[in-house]
Amino acid sequence: MSQHILMTSKEMNSAIEKMADDIIKSEKDMKNVVLIGIVTRGVCLAERLVKTIKKKTKIEPGIGSLDITFYRDDIGSIATQPLAKETQIPFDLTDKKIILVDDVIFTGRSTRAALDGLMDYARPRSIQLAVLVERKHRELPIQADYVGKKAATKYDDKVQVYLKETDKIDKVVVYETKN
Amino acid sequence: MKLKTKDLLGLEYLSKSDIELILDTANPFKQLFTRSIKKVPTLRGKTVVLLFFEPSTRTRTSFELAAKRLSADTINIAAATSSVVKGESLIDTGKTFEAMKSDFMIIRHSMSGAAHVLARNVSSSVINAGDGFHEHPTQGLLDIFTIREKKGKVKGLKVVIVGDIMHSRVARSNIWGLTKLGADVTVCAPPTLIPPDIQKTGIKVSYNLDEAMRDADVVNVLRLQLERQKDNLFPSLREYTLLYGLDKTRVKKAKKDLLIMHPGPMNRGIEITSEVADCPQSVINEQVTNGIAVRMAVLYLLAGEEGVPPGQQINDKE
Repeated sequence: MSQHILMTSKEMNSAIEKMADDIIKSEKDMKNVVLIGIVTRGVCLAERLVKTIKKKTKIEPGIGSLDITFYRDDIGSIATQPLAKETQIPFDLTDKKIILVDDVIFTGRSTRAALDGLMDYARPRSIQLAVLVERKHRELPIQADYVGKKAATKYDDKVQVYLKETDKIDKVVVYETKN
Repeated sequence: MKLKTKDLLGLEYLSKSDIELILDTANPFKQLFTRSIKKVPTLRGKTVVLLFFEPSTRTRTSFELAAKRLSADTINIAAATSSVVKGESLIDTGKTFEAMKSDFMIIRHSMSGAAHVLARNVSSSVINAGDGFHEHPTQGLLDIFTIREKKGKVKGLKVVIVGDIMHSRVARSNIWGLTKLGADVTVCAPPTLIPPDIQKTGIKVSYNLDEAMRDADVVNVLRLQLERQKDNLFPSLREYTLLYGLDKTRVKKAKKDLLIMHPGPMNRGIEITSEVADCPQSVINEQVTNGIAVRMAVLYLLAGEEGVPPGQQINDKE
Protein backbone atom coordinates (compact mmCIF):
# COMPACT_ATOMS: atom_id res chain seq x y z
CA MET A 1 0.00 0.00 0.00
CA SER A 2 1.50 3.33 -1.01
CA GLN A 3 0.60 6.59 0.61
CA HIS A 4 0.98 10.29 0.07
CA ILE A 5 0.21 13.43 2.01
CA LEU A 6 -2.89 15.17 0.70
CA MET A 7 -2.77 18.13 3.09
CA THR A 8 -0.13 19.43 5.44
CA SER A 9 -0.87 21.15 8.73
CA LYS A 10 -0.47 24.55 7.03
CA GLU A 11 -2.79 23.62 4.18
CA MET A 12 -5.37 22.37 6.68
CA ASN A 13 -5.28 25.68 8.55
CA SER A 14 -5.79 27.72 5.41
CA ALA A 15 -8.56 25.36 4.27
CA ILE A 16 -10.38 25.92 7.57
CA GLU A 17 -9.88 29.70 7.19
CA LYS A 18 -11.37 29.51 3.71
CA MET A 19 -14.32 27.42 4.88
CA ALA A 20 -15.00 29.90 7.70
CA ASP A 21 -14.87 32.78 5.19
CA ASP A 22 -17.31 30.97 2.90
CA ILE A 23 -19.70 30.37 5.79
CA ILE A 24 -19.54 34.01 6.91
CA LYS A 25 -20.05 35.20 3.33
CA SER A 26 -23.11 33.07 2.77
CA GLU A 27 -24.68 33.48 6.21
CA LYS A 28 -23.87 37.18 6.72
CA ASP A 29 -25.34 37.89 10.19
CA MET A 30 -24.70 34.32 11.45
CA LYS A 31 -28.07 34.52 13.20
CA ASN A 32 -29.41 31.10 14.20
CA VAL A 33 -26.39 29.35 12.71
CA VAL A 34 -25.11 26.35 14.69
CA LEU A 35 -22.35 23.90 13.85
CA ILE A 36 -22.85 20.21 14.52
CA GLY A 37 -19.81 17.98 14.18
CA ILE A 38 -20.08 14.29 13.39
CA VAL A 39 -18.25 12.26 16.05
CA THR A 40 -15.22 12.17 16.34
CA ARG A 41 -13.15 14.27 13.95
CA GLY A 42 -16.07 16.32 12.66
CA VAL A 43 -16.47 17.66 16.20
CA CYS A 44 -12.84 18.83 16.36
CA LEU A 45 -13.20 20.48 12.95
CA ALA A 46 -16.45 22.16 14.02
CA GLU A 47 -14.64 23.53 17.08
CA ARG A 48 -11.87 24.94 14.89
CA LEU A 49 -14.40 26.50 12.52
CA VAL A 50 -16.29 28.11 15.40
CA LYS A 51 -13.04 29.51 16.78
CA THR A 52 -12.11 30.95 13.38
CA ILE A 53 -15.58 32.42 12.83
CA LYS A 54 -15.44 34.03 16.29
CA LYS A 55 -12.05 35.56 15.53
CA LYS A 56 -13.35 37.04 12.30
CA THR A 57 -16.83 38.20 13.34
CA LYS A 58 -16.84 38.31 17.18
CA ILE A 59 -19.90 36.06 16.96
CA GLU A 60 -19.65 32.57 18.38
CA PRO A 61 -22.09 30.11 16.83
CA GLY A 62 -23.45 27.28 18.98
CA ILE A 63 -21.70 23.93 18.67
CA GLY A 64 -22.83 20.35 19.15
CA SER A 65 -21.75 16.81 18.40
CA LEU A 66 -23.69 14.04 16.72
CA ASP A 67 -23.02 10.32 16.89
CA ILE A 68 -24.53 8.58 13.88
CA THR A 69 -24.01 4.96 14.97
CA PHE A 70 -27.69 4.24 15.55
CA TYR A 71 -28.58 5.57 12.10
CA ARG A 72 -26.05 3.64 10.03
CA ASP A 73 -27.37 1.44 7.26
CA ASP A 74 -24.89 -1.37 7.79
CA ILE A 75 -25.81 -2.36 11.37
CA GLY A 76 -26.27 -6.10 11.52
CA SER A 77 -24.57 -6.70 8.18
CA ILE A 78 -21.13 -6.26 9.70
CA ALA A 79 -19.67 -8.58 12.31
CA THR A 80 -18.44 -5.94 14.68
CA GLN A 81 -20.84 -3.35 15.95
CA PRO A 82 -19.36 0.13 15.89
CA LEU A 83 -18.84 1.57 19.34
CA ALA A 84 -21.61 4.02 20.07
CA LYS A 85 -20.57 7.40 21.44
CA GLU A 86 -22.57 10.22 22.92
CA THR A 87 -24.45 12.95 21.12
CA GLN A 88 -24.29 16.38 22.72
CA ILE A 89 -26.62 19.04 21.41
CA PRO A 90 -27.14 21.45 24.31
CA PHE A 91 -29.80 23.57 22.59
CA ASP A 92 -33.05 23.25 20.68
CA LEU A 93 -32.47 22.76 16.96
CA THR A 94 -35.92 23.96 15.91
CA ASP A 95 -35.59 26.67 13.23
CA LYS A 96 -31.80 26.66 13.47
CA LYS A 97 -29.61 26.83 10.38
CA ILE A 98 -27.40 23.82 10.92
CA ILE A 99 -24.00 23.40 9.37
CA LEU A 100 -23.07 19.76 9.63
CA VAL A 101 -19.31 19.24 9.83
CA ASP A 102 -17.44 16.06 8.88
CA ASP A 103 -13.84 15.32 7.99
CA VAL A 104 -14.38 13.52 4.67
CA ILE A 105 -17.33 13.04 2.34
CA PHE A 106 -17.10 9.87 0.28
CA THR A 107 -20.15 7.70 -0.41
CA GLY A 108 -22.49 10.13 1.37
CA ARG A 109 -23.88 7.42 3.61
CA SER A 110 -22.64 8.97 6.86
CA THR A 111 -24.21 12.25 5.85
CA ARG A 112 -27.52 10.47 5.18
CA ALA A 113 -27.35 8.90 8.64
CA ALA A 114 -26.55 12.29 10.20
CA LEU A 115 -29.48 13.94 8.40
CA ASP A 116 -31.88 11.31 9.74
CA GLY A 117 -30.41 11.70 13.22
CA LEU A 118 -30.80 15.49 13.19
CA MET A 119 -34.39 15.27 11.96
CA ASP A 120 -35.24 13.12 14.98
CA TYR A 121 -34.09 15.93 17.26
CA ALA A 122 -36.14 18.72 15.77
CA ARG A 123 -37.20 20.44 12.58
CA PRO A 124 -34.33 22.77 11.69
CA ARG A 125 -34.68 25.67 9.24
CA SER A 126 -31.94 24.24 7.01
CA ILE A 127 -29.00 21.85 7.03
CA GLN A 128 -25.78 22.49 5.12
CA LEU A 129 -22.68 20.36 4.93
CA ALA A 130 -19.06 21.39 5.50
CA VAL A 131 -16.21 18.93 4.91
CA LEU A 132 -12.45 19.24 5.02
CA VAL A 133 -11.94 16.76 2.17
CA GLU A 134 -14.35 16.06 -0.65
CA ARG A 135 -13.89 12.77 -2.47
CA LYS A 136 -15.86 11.49 -5.44
CA HIS A 137 -17.81 8.18 -5.59
CA ARG A 138 -21.06 9.39 -4.05
CA GLU A 139 -23.66 6.65 -3.67
CA LEU A 140 -26.44 9.04 -2.66
CA PRO A 141 -27.55 12.42 -4.03
CA ILE A 142 -25.74 14.43 -1.35
CA GLN A 143 -23.23 17.25 -1.90
CA ALA A 144 -21.12 19.42 0.37
CA ASP A 145 -21.76 23.18 0.62
CA TYR A 146 -18.38 24.13 2.08
CA VAL A 147 -15.26 22.25 1.04
CA GLY A 148 -11.69 22.55 2.29
CA LYS A 149 -10.06 20.51 -0.47
CA LYS A 150 -11.22 18.33 -3.33
CA ALA A 151 -9.34 15.09 -3.75
CA ALA A 152 -9.24 12.83 -6.78
CA THR A 153 -9.08 9.35 -5.32
CA LYS A 154 -9.92 5.85 -6.46
CA TYR A 155 -12.84 4.09 -4.81
CA ASP A 156 -10.64 1.67 -2.88
CA ASP A 157 -8.26 4.34 -1.60
CA LYS A 158 -8.55 5.37 2.01
CA VAL A 159 -8.37 8.99 3.09
CA GLN A 160 -7.43 9.53 6.70
CA VAL A 161 -7.63 12.90 8.41
CA TYR A 162 -5.35 13.22 11.43
CA LEU A 163 -6.02 16.00 13.92
CA LYS A 164 -3.94 17.31 16.81
CA GLU A 165 -6.88 16.86 19.18
CA THR A 166 -7.28 13.15 18.49
CA ASP A 167 -4.06 12.05 16.77
CA LYS A 168 -1.42 14.53 18.05
CA ILE A 169 -0.66 15.68 14.50
CA ASP A 170 -2.38 17.63 11.72
CA LYS A 171 -2.25 15.99 8.31
CA VAL A 172 -4.40 14.28 5.69
CA VAL A 173 -3.04 11.10 4.14
CA VAL A 174 -4.24 9.10 1.13
CA TYR A 175 -3.55 5.37 1.35
CA GLU A 176 -3.66 3.90 -2.14
CA THR A 177 -4.51 0.30 -2.82
CA LYS A 178 -2.54 -1.25 -5.67
CA ASN A 179 -4.50 -2.83 -8.46
CA MET B 1 -17.22 -3.84 19.01
CA LYS B 2 -19.06 -7.05 19.66
CA LEU B 3 -19.81 -9.35 22.53
CA LYS B 4 -17.93 -12.60 22.27
CA THR B 5 -21.14 -14.58 22.52
CA LYS B 6 -24.32 -15.22 20.53
CA ASP B 7 -26.47 -15.14 23.64
CA LEU B 8 -26.68 -13.39 26.97
CA LEU B 9 -27.36 -16.16 29.46
CA GLY B 10 -25.73 -14.83 32.59
CA LEU B 11 -23.04 -12.52 33.90
CA GLU B 12 -21.08 -15.59 34.98
CA TYR B 13 -20.18 -16.14 31.32
CA LEU B 14 -19.18 -12.57 30.46
CA SER B 15 -15.70 -11.14 30.82
CA LYS B 16 -15.02 -7.91 32.64
CA SER B 17 -14.46 -6.14 29.32
CA ASP B 18 -17.74 -7.48 27.88
CA ILE B 19 -19.61 -6.13 30.90
CA GLU B 20 -17.87 -2.77 30.56
CA LEU B 21 -18.67 -2.65 26.85
CA ILE B 22 -22.37 -3.13 27.57
CA LEU B 23 -22.33 -0.44 30.28
CA ASP B 24 -20.46 2.01 28.03
CA THR B 25 -22.86 1.37 25.17
CA ALA B 26 -25.88 1.93 27.41
CA ASN B 27 -24.85 5.57 27.96
CA PRO B 28 -25.62 6.91 24.47
CA PHE B 29 -28.90 4.96 24.51
CA LYS B 30 -29.93 6.58 27.77
CA GLN B 31 -29.25 9.94 26.20
CA LEU B 32 -31.91 9.25 23.56
CA PHE B 33 -34.61 9.28 26.25
CA THR B 34 -34.25 13.04 26.63
CA ARG B 35 -35.33 13.59 23.01
CA SER B 36 -38.94 13.94 21.97
CA ILE B 37 -38.37 11.16 19.42
CA LYS B 38 -36.97 8.35 21.53
CA LYS B 39 -36.72 5.88 18.69
CA VAL B 40 -33.74 5.14 16.46
CA PRO B 41 -33.78 2.96 13.31
CA THR B 42 -30.84 0.78 14.36
CA LEU B 43 -32.56 -2.64 14.45
CA ARG B 44 -35.13 -1.98 11.75
CA GLY B 45 -36.36 -5.25 10.28
CA LYS B 46 -35.22 -7.41 13.19
CA THR B 47 -37.74 -9.53 15.05
CA VAL B 48 -37.73 -9.98 18.81
CA VAL B 49 -39.84 -12.71 20.40
CA LEU B 50 -40.59 -12.36 24.10
CA LEU B 51 -41.25 -15.74 25.66
CA PHE B 52 -42.51 -15.23 29.18
CA PHE B 53 -43.34 -18.45 30.98
CA GLU B 54 -43.58 -16.57 34.27
CA PRO B 55 -45.55 -13.44 35.07
CA SER B 56 -43.63 -10.20 34.68
CA THR B 57 -44.56 -6.60 34.01
CA ARG B 58 -41.47 -4.53 34.33
CA THR B 59 -38.91 -6.80 32.72
CA ARG B 60 -41.17 -7.68 29.81
CA THR B 61 -42.23 -4.07 29.24
CA SER B 62 -38.66 -2.91 29.56
CA PHE B 63 -37.43 -5.41 26.95
CA GLU B 64 -40.32 -4.61 24.68
CA LEU B 65 -39.70 -0.87 24.90
CA ALA B 66 -35.98 -1.40 24.37
CA ALA B 67 -36.68 -3.38 21.19
CA LYS B 68 -39.27 -0.90 19.97
CA ARG B 69 -37.01 2.09 20.57
CA LEU B 70 -34.50 0.33 18.34
CA SER B 71 -37.25 -0.08 15.69
CA ALA B 72 -37.33 -3.88 15.97
CA ASP B 73 -40.65 -5.72 15.76
CA THR B 74 -41.77 -7.50 18.91
CA ILE B 75 -44.01 -10.47 19.52
CA ASN B 76 -45.26 -11.29 22.98
CA ILE B 77 -45.89 -14.86 23.99
CA ALA B 78 -47.44 -15.46 27.38
CA ALA B 79 -47.26 -19.11 28.35
CA ALA B 80 -50.87 -19.23 29.48
CA THR B 81 -52.20 -18.43 26.00
CA SER B 82 -49.62 -20.31 23.92
CA SER B 83 -49.28 -23.86 22.66
CA VAL B 84 -47.20 -24.55 25.78
CA VAL B 85 -50.46 -25.34 27.53
CA LYS B 86 -51.02 -28.01 24.86
CA GLY B 87 -47.79 -29.64 26.00
CA GLU B 88 -45.30 -28.31 23.46
CA SER B 89 -41.69 -28.58 24.63
CA LEU B 90 -39.50 -25.52 25.06
CA ILE B 91 -37.21 -26.65 22.24
CA ASP B 92 -40.15 -27.07 19.85
CA THR B 93 -41.47 -23.64 20.79
CA GLY B 94 -38.02 -22.20 20.09
CA LYS B 95 -37.70 -24.04 16.77
CA THR B 96 -41.09 -22.72 15.73
CA PHE B 97 -40.04 -19.11 16.24
CA GLU B 98 -36.72 -19.81 14.61
CA ALA B 99 -38.62 -21.06 11.56
CA MET B 100 -40.48 -17.75 11.63
CA LYS B 101 -37.03 -16.09 11.34
CA SER B 102 -36.89 -14.36 14.68
CA ASP B 103 -33.55 -12.73 15.41
CA PHE B 104 -33.86 -12.58 19.19
CA MET B 105 -35.62 -14.71 21.77
CA ILE B 106 -35.97 -13.25 25.21
CA ILE B 107 -36.98 -15.87 27.72
CA ARG B 108 -38.22 -15.85 31.30
CA HIS B 109 -38.72 -19.28 32.81
CA SER B 110 -39.16 -20.77 36.27
CA MET B 111 -36.57 -23.48 35.60
CA SER B 112 -32.87 -22.65 36.04
CA GLY B 113 -31.08 -23.35 32.77
CA ALA B 114 -34.11 -22.92 30.51
CA ALA B 115 -32.39 -20.14 28.57
CA HIS B 116 -29.35 -22.39 28.04
CA VAL B 117 -31.50 -25.18 26.63
CA LEU B 118 -33.10 -22.75 24.22
CA ALA B 119 -29.77 -21.14 23.23
CA ARG B 120 -28.25 -24.53 22.37
CA ASN B 121 -31.14 -25.38 20.08
CA VAL B 122 -31.80 -22.22 18.09
CA SER B 123 -29.64 -19.97 15.96
CA SER B 124 -31.36 -16.79 17.17
CA SER B 125 -29.71 -14.78 19.93
CA VAL B 126 -31.19 -15.81 23.27
CA ILE B 127 -31.37 -13.35 26.14
CA ASN B 128 -32.10 -14.70 29.59
CA ALA B 129 -34.73 -12.55 31.27
CA GLY B 130 -34.62 -14.64 34.44
CA ASP B 131 -34.35 -18.42 34.82
CA GLY B 132 -35.40 -19.98 38.11
CA PHE B 133 -32.93 -19.23 40.89
CA HIS B 134 -30.06 -18.96 38.42
CA GLU B 135 -29.53 -15.56 36.78
CA HIS B 136 -31.24 -12.40 35.59
CA PRO B 137 -28.32 -10.84 33.74
CA THR B 138 -29.94 -7.65 32.46
CA GLN B 139 -31.14 -6.83 35.99
CA GLY B 140 -27.58 -7.31 37.22
CA LEU B 141 -26.28 -5.09 34.42
CA LEU B 142 -28.78 -2.32 35.08
CA ASP B 143 -28.00 -2.40 38.80
CA ILE B 144 -24.28 -2.11 38.07
CA PHE B 145 -24.93 0.60 35.47
CA THR B 146 -26.89 2.59 38.08
CA ILE B 147 -24.14 2.16 40.68
CA ARG B 148 -21.47 3.22 38.21
CA GLU B 149 -23.49 6.21 37.08
CA LYS B 150 -24.12 7.43 40.61
CA LYS B 151 -20.77 6.61 42.18
CA GLY B 152 -18.54 7.11 39.15
CA LYS B 153 -16.93 3.70 39.65
CA VAL B 154 -17.60 0.16 40.82
CA LYS B 155 -14.18 -1.02 41.89
CA GLY B 156 -13.61 -0.89 45.62
CA LEU B 157 -17.21 -0.01 46.50
CA LYS B 158 -18.84 -1.87 49.34
CA VAL B 159 -22.15 -3.28 48.13
CA VAL B 160 -24.59 -5.01 50.47
CA ILE B 161 -27.27 -7.25 49.02
CA VAL B 162 -29.94 -7.97 51.61
CA GLY B 163 -32.77 -10.45 51.33
CA ASP B 164 -33.54 -13.90 50.04
CA ILE B 165 -30.16 -14.67 48.46
CA MET B 166 -30.97 -18.36 48.22
CA HIS B 167 -33.84 -17.99 45.78
CA SER B 168 -32.71 -14.82 44.03
CA ARG B 169 -31.47 -14.76 40.45
CA VAL B 170 -31.04 -11.00 40.81
CA ALA B 171 -28.57 -11.57 43.65
CA ARG B 172 -26.60 -14.12 41.62
CA SER B 173 -26.26 -11.87 38.58
CA ASN B 174 -25.27 -8.96 40.80
CA ILE B 175 -22.67 -11.03 42.62
CA TRP B 176 -21.08 -12.27 39.36
CA GLY B 177 -21.01 -8.84 37.77
CA LEU B 178 -19.97 -6.81 40.79
CA THR B 179 -17.13 -9.12 41.79
CA LYS B 180 -15.81 -9.16 38.22
CA LEU B 181 -15.68 -5.36 38.31
CA GLY B 182 -13.87 -5.39 41.65
CA ALA B 183 -16.60 -4.41 44.11
CA ASP B 184 -16.59 -5.67 47.67
CA VAL B 185 -19.87 -7.60 48.00
CA THR B 186 -21.58 -8.64 51.23
CA VAL B 187 -24.79 -10.66 51.27
CA CYS B 188 -27.04 -10.35 54.29
CA ALA B 189 -30.02 -12.51 55.25
CA PRO B 190 -31.21 -15.05 57.80
CA PRO B 191 -29.00 -18.16 57.58
CA THR B 192 -31.86 -20.14 56.05
CA LEU B 193 -31.96 -17.78 53.06
CA ILE B 194 -28.24 -17.92 52.29
CA PRO B 195 -26.98 -20.73 50.06
CA PRO B 196 -24.35 -22.94 51.70
CA ASP B 197 -20.76 -22.43 50.57
CA ILE B 198 -21.46 -19.00 49.10
CA GLN B 199 -18.28 -17.68 50.77
CA LYS B 200 -16.31 -19.76 48.28
CA THR B 201 -17.17 -17.21 45.61
CA GLY B 202 -15.12 -14.66 47.55
CA ILE B 203 -17.98 -12.57 48.90
CA LYS B 204 -18.74 -11.86 52.54
CA VAL B 205 -21.74 -13.14 54.46
CA SER B 206 -23.43 -11.34 57.29
CA TYR B 207 -26.47 -12.20 59.41
CA ASN B 208 -26.67 -8.73 60.89
CA LEU B 209 -27.85 -5.91 58.65
CA ASP B 210 -26.61 -3.10 60.91
CA GLU B 211 -23.11 -4.53 60.88
CA ALA B 212 -23.19 -5.21 57.16
CA MET B 213 -24.31 -1.68 56.37
CA ARG B 214 -21.51 -0.05 58.31
CA ASP B 215 -19.47 1.85 55.66
CA ALA B 216 -21.54 0.36 52.83
CA ASP B 217 -21.70 2.51 49.68
CA VAL B 218 -24.68 0.70 48.19
CA VAL B 219 -27.48 -1.40 49.61
CA ASN B 220 -29.54 -3.46 47.20
CA VAL B 221 -32.74 -4.67 48.88
CA LEU B 222 -34.25 -7.80 47.35
CA ARG B 223 -37.92 -8.52 47.17
CA LEU B 224 -39.04 -10.99 49.82
CA GLN B 225 -41.19 -13.61 48.21
CA LEU B 226 -43.95 -13.98 50.72
CA GLU B 227 -44.52 -17.64 49.96
CA ARG B 228 -41.09 -18.44 51.46
CA GLN B 229 -42.57 -18.08 54.91
CA LYS B 230 -44.80 -21.06 54.16
CA ASP B 231 -41.61 -23.05 53.56
CA ASN B 232 -40.71 -22.23 57.18
CA LEU B 233 -37.54 -20.42 56.13
CA PHE B 234 -38.23 -17.59 58.55
CA PRO B 235 -40.64 -17.46 61.49
CA SER B 236 -42.71 -14.37 60.71
CA LEU B 237 -42.83 -11.39 58.38
CA ARG B 238 -42.66 -9.10 61.37
CA GLU B 239 -39.46 -10.66 62.59
CA TYR B 240 -37.97 -10.44 59.11
CA THR B 241 -38.88 -6.75 58.87
CA LEU B 242 -37.37 -6.07 62.29
CA LEU B 243 -34.08 -7.81 61.54
CA TYR B 244 -33.63 -7.34 57.79
CA GLY B 245 -36.00 -4.57 56.71
CA LEU B 246 -34.46 -1.30 55.55
CA ASP B 247 -35.91 1.56 57.57
CA LYS B 248 -35.02 5.15 58.39
CA THR B 249 -33.07 4.29 61.54
CA ARG B 250 -30.79 1.93 59.64
CA VAL B 251 -30.29 4.43 56.80
CA LYS B 252 -29.46 7.20 59.30
CA LYS B 253 -26.69 5.12 60.82
CA ALA B 254 -25.16 4.39 57.40
CA LYS B 255 -22.99 6.57 55.16
CA LYS B 256 -24.62 9.83 54.08
CA ASP B 257 -24.22 9.05 50.40
CA LEU B 258 -25.54 5.49 50.70
CA LEU B 259 -27.24 4.41 47.46
CA ILE B 260 -30.51 2.54 48.01
CA MET B 261 -31.67 0.11 45.33
CA HIS B 262 -34.48 -2.38 44.84
CA PRO B 263 -35.19 -4.45 41.72
CA GLY B 264 -38.96 -4.22 42.26
CA PRO B 265 -41.75 -4.94 42.71
CA MET B 266 -41.50 -3.73 46.31
CA ASN B 267 -43.33 -5.05 49.35
CA ARG B 268 -43.53 -1.68 51.06
CA GLY B 269 -43.39 -2.09 54.82
CA ILE B 270 -41.73 -5.49 54.65
CA GLU B 271 -38.22 -5.44 53.16
CA ILE B 272 -38.20 -1.66 52.78
CA THR B 273 -40.27 1.10 54.37
CA SER B 274 -42.06 3.63 52.18
CA GLU B 275 -40.05 6.40 53.77
CA VAL B 276 -36.78 4.83 52.64
CA ALA B 277 -38.07 3.77 49.23
CA ASP B 278 -39.03 7.37 48.45
CA CYS B 279 -36.07 9.14 50.08
CA PRO B 280 -33.53 11.12 48.01
CA GLN B 281 -30.86 8.39 48.28
CA SER B 282 -33.19 5.90 46.64
CA VAL B 283 -32.60 5.30 42.92
CA ILE B 284 -35.33 2.71 42.48
CA ASN B 285 -37.13 4.59 39.70
CA GLU B 286 -33.90 5.41 37.92
CA GLN B 287 -33.12 1.71 37.88
CA VAL B 288 -36.22 1.28 35.75
CA THR B 289 -35.12 3.97 33.27
CA ASN B 290 -31.61 2.56 33.11
CA GLY B 291 -33.04 -0.89 32.50
CA ILE B 292 -34.29 0.13 29.08
CA ALA B 293 -30.95 1.70 28.10
CA VAL B 294 -29.01 -1.38 29.22
CA ARG B 295 -31.37 -3.73 27.35
CA MET B 296 -31.05 -1.60 24.21
CA ALA B 297 -27.28 -1.89 24.52
CA VAL B 298 -27.51 -5.68 24.84
CA LEU B 299 -29.79 -6.02 21.81
CA TYR B 300 -27.57 -3.70 19.79
CA LEU B 301 -24.36 -5.51 20.67
CA LEU B 302 -25.80 -8.96 19.99
CA ALA B 303 -27.11 -7.86 16.59
CA GLY B 304 -23.79 -8.07 14.75
CA GLU B 305 -23.89 -10.76 12.09
CA GLU B 306 -21.99 -13.98 12.64
CA GLY B 307 -19.49 -15.33 10.20
CA VAL B 308 -17.81 -12.19 8.87
CA PRO B 309 -14.21 -12.28 10.02
CA PRO B 310 -13.22 -9.28 12.11
CA GLY B 311 -11.05 -6.77 10.31
CA GLN B 312 -13.08 -6.87 7.12
CA GLN B 313 -15.65 -4.41 8.20
CA ILE B 314 -15.26 -0.70 8.38
CA ASN B 315 -13.76 1.00 11.38
CA ASP B 316 -14.13 4.43 9.92
CA LYS B 317 -17.30 6.01 8.83
CA GLU B 318 -16.12 6.42 5.28
